[in-house]
Amino acid sequence: MSENATTTPLELTVSPDFSPDHIAGWYVFNTWLQRRLGERIHLELYEDFAAQRKAITADKVDLIYANPHDAAMLVREKGFVAIAAPKDCPDEVVIAVPADSPAQSVEDLQPGLRLAVTRDPDVNLIGMILLESADLKRDNVETTPVSTYVVLARNLLQGKADCGFFLKEAFDDLSAPIRRQLRPLMTSQISLVRHVLLVGPRAAHLREPLQQLLLSMDDPASDGRRTLEALGLSGWEKQDQEDTEFMIDLMDTLMV
Amino acid sequence: MMTDMNESELVPGERRELTMSYHDGRTRRVLVVDHEVAYPDGKLIVSRTDTQGVITHVNQAFVDMSGYDRDELIGEHHCILRHPDMPAAAFKDLWDTVGRGDKWQGYVKNLRKDGAHYWVFATAIPNVREGRVVGYTSVRRKPSRSKVNECIALYARMRAEELK
Repeated sequence: MSENATTTPLELTVSPDFSPDHIAGWYVFNTWLQRRLGERIHLELYEDFAAQRKAITADKVDLIYANPHDAAMLVREKGFVAIAAPKDCPDEVVIAVPADSPAQSVEDLQPGLRLAVTRDPDVNLIGMILLESADLKRDNVETTPVSTYVVLARNLLQGKADCGFFLKEAFDDLSAPIRRQLRPLMTSQISLVRHVLLVGPRAAHLREPLQQLLLSMDDPASDGRRTLEALGLSGWEKQDQEDTEFMIDLMDTLMV
Repeated sequence: MMTDMNESELVPGERRELTMSYHDGRTRRVLVVDHEVAYPDGKLIVSRTDTQGVITHVNQAFVDMSGYDRDELIGEHHCILRHPDMPAAAFKDLWDTVGRGDKWQGYVKNLRKDGAHYWVFATAIPNVREGRVVGYTSVRRKPSRSKVNECIALYARMRAEELK
């Protein structure tokens, strides 16, 4: 057991865009990690992106499952290192409208569009890029931020918004009756943008053992398989420094 | 030597034949058919080059839209996609900008292997590793039709000036 085990526990947190269905899964994962690593780790699930950003700024976070937007900041400004990414789980975006919307393609959307969004930075970034072909920009759409994807869906169904940006995973997790009343106008197929698990400077001693542990979680003999299921993941793959740099470069090209 | 375009691989339609000269003195016979292939919805076309503009990585959308096999692209100079309707000044601006370490954006008409073309809104940035530029990443998005139409007129004027 390392020195840290006798002092303040490390803090693990998760990007607030994770599916609510997997809250319990992250607690199971944290318990499993502590047992396997012999480290005290406290899981803190922040309510929203602003609260999590405040904790990151205050250097409270040591391990984080972060979206690519935050990953770029954590690597460049906070000295974090990405060690793993979920297998076959790219971050894709669905632009959805109410099922009875007259819009049949993104190009049918007009300036003045009432757009509902969460505060998920990646989804909003990619979503706005997908609207560019319709000459829609932040300054000619009316954007309403909402707290969760469920609230976003409700806004669309109640006619409070014409169109909304969903993380694809969140759209797929909506209940079938709600999904039936919505229609995806476009779904991104970017594949290269994904969440990553990063390790901060205070937990640098865990980089290697944690990476090995994550990569072996889907081994048939591993007791990590049930934990993976609880997280809704099929496994982890190695993320090396160049993979991370490439993803950050890619995000840089999109942030204009 | 850059491979000349092959007549047997062209899309149907009236073709133009031109010889293009590149920055490094190389020339290439290109065959152009006035046919636009629509940008695929929801995708990004991504490539990376070394500092000399030689392609080191392409994603599947790049392969699909260019019409080339991945093996034909890796190791080839990025100007394999250059369409003769694009003004040389646009590419000079691109390379000058990324050479200064800045981000470049612009609308680009790309030439496919089959002589057709596709329009993109491109962003290119230098890849900085340990303080050193080791290459460039370019990401293309679906452009707006109104911007493409503006560029068709603008680039035609710029080309006419360059040919004077």
